[in-house]
Amino acid sequence: MKKLPLAFYAGFLVVALLLAGVVSYAASGSPDGLDAVTQTGCELDESGEPVGGQCIARNAGEHATGGSPLADYAVGGSEGTTGVAGVIGVLLTLLVAGGLFRVLRRRSRDEAPTQVE
Amino acid sequence: METHTGLVAMHMSDGIVNAPTSLLFGLVAVLGLAVCVARARRDLDDRTAPMAGLVAAFVFAVQMLNFPVLPGVSGHLLGGALCAILVGPYVGALCVSIVLLLQALLFADGGLSALGTNITNMALLGTFVGYGVAVAMRRIATRSRGGLVVTAFVAAWVNTVVASLGFVVQYAIGGEGLALGTVFGLMTGFHALIGIGEGLITALTVGAVAAVRPDLVYLTRTAAPSLQIKTPGVRSS
Repeated sequence: MKKLPLAFYAGFLVVALLLAGVVSYAASGSPDGLDAVTQTGCELDESGEPVGGQCIARNAGEHATGGSPLADYAVGGSEGTTGVAGVIGVLLTLLVAGGLFRVLRRRSRDEAPTQVE
Repeated sequence: METHTGLVAMHMSDGIVNAPTSLLFGLVAVLGLAVCVARARRDLDDRTAPMAGLVAAFVFAVQMLNFPVLPGVSGHLLGGALCAILVGPYVGALCVSIVLLLQALLFADGGLSALGTNITNMALLGTFVGYGVAVAMRRIATRSRGGLVVTAFVAAWVNTVVASLGFVVQYAIGGEGLALGTVFGLMTGFHALIGIGEGLITALTVGAVAAVRPDLVYLTRTAAPSLQIKTPGVRSS
């Protein structure tokens, strides 16, 4: 059985955790390209909600999961918790994606039942 | 009801395009993802399955990192070309889709009814067109690590612009509020700039993986002529 590159996996995960948990605080707060387009033509209030004018964003509805404990990348709506929300997101993504890909993967060596790593 | 600032909302919200259009692209997304699930299996084994899970987690992390492109306008990684180059287009499209699904369900980022449009643009269009560019440049990509890095940059730039064109098409079908020509001009203009950031992040990431574990880069690993029997991970130490 070929050895798995566990050290590489671990390093990759640490980088992702640092980016989501620490570097995310330095992210730009400006609307992204898409939001900048949908807000074009509207007057916005301080929270970025369109209050006047004509723009695409006026058609946007309230988010169905806006009450989620992780909504807007904050834990329970608390300021300054972006990094915590990010770390939770990275781990959840790893869990869901890793789980799905584990189920989908081809088993090595004729489905040998004794796969001890 | 609490209003959300939307400072870190990044994807299409509910209502940006009308219900029939959302439904149409929901169908496109479901069909596309069904094909991806069926085809992903051959690209996933004991070594690449954990890698693919990590790539998805990495894309989630980097999508949080909005970088400024113009005064008052930012951009963030979409990740299609990055995923396709590292884990293949089918698995890659699933990686981006899982990120979009979790963002919509848990982080209130991207509307639930807009999942179809968002997945179509970023997970399907971005990933497969980005991969197509990378395959077209494969002779450059396999020549040297520098070639691979350049390929990653170009594929990622194209994936960003194509994903933004996906939005323009959806808007043309079922959106209103701004002249179509203005939407086209602003979307492609902004995303031509955002694509530079996407290209740099993708080039840096693919270059770093290729430096440490070249056997974990799908694009160059699968470049071997089909006559040769492929042995996964032959170059590993």
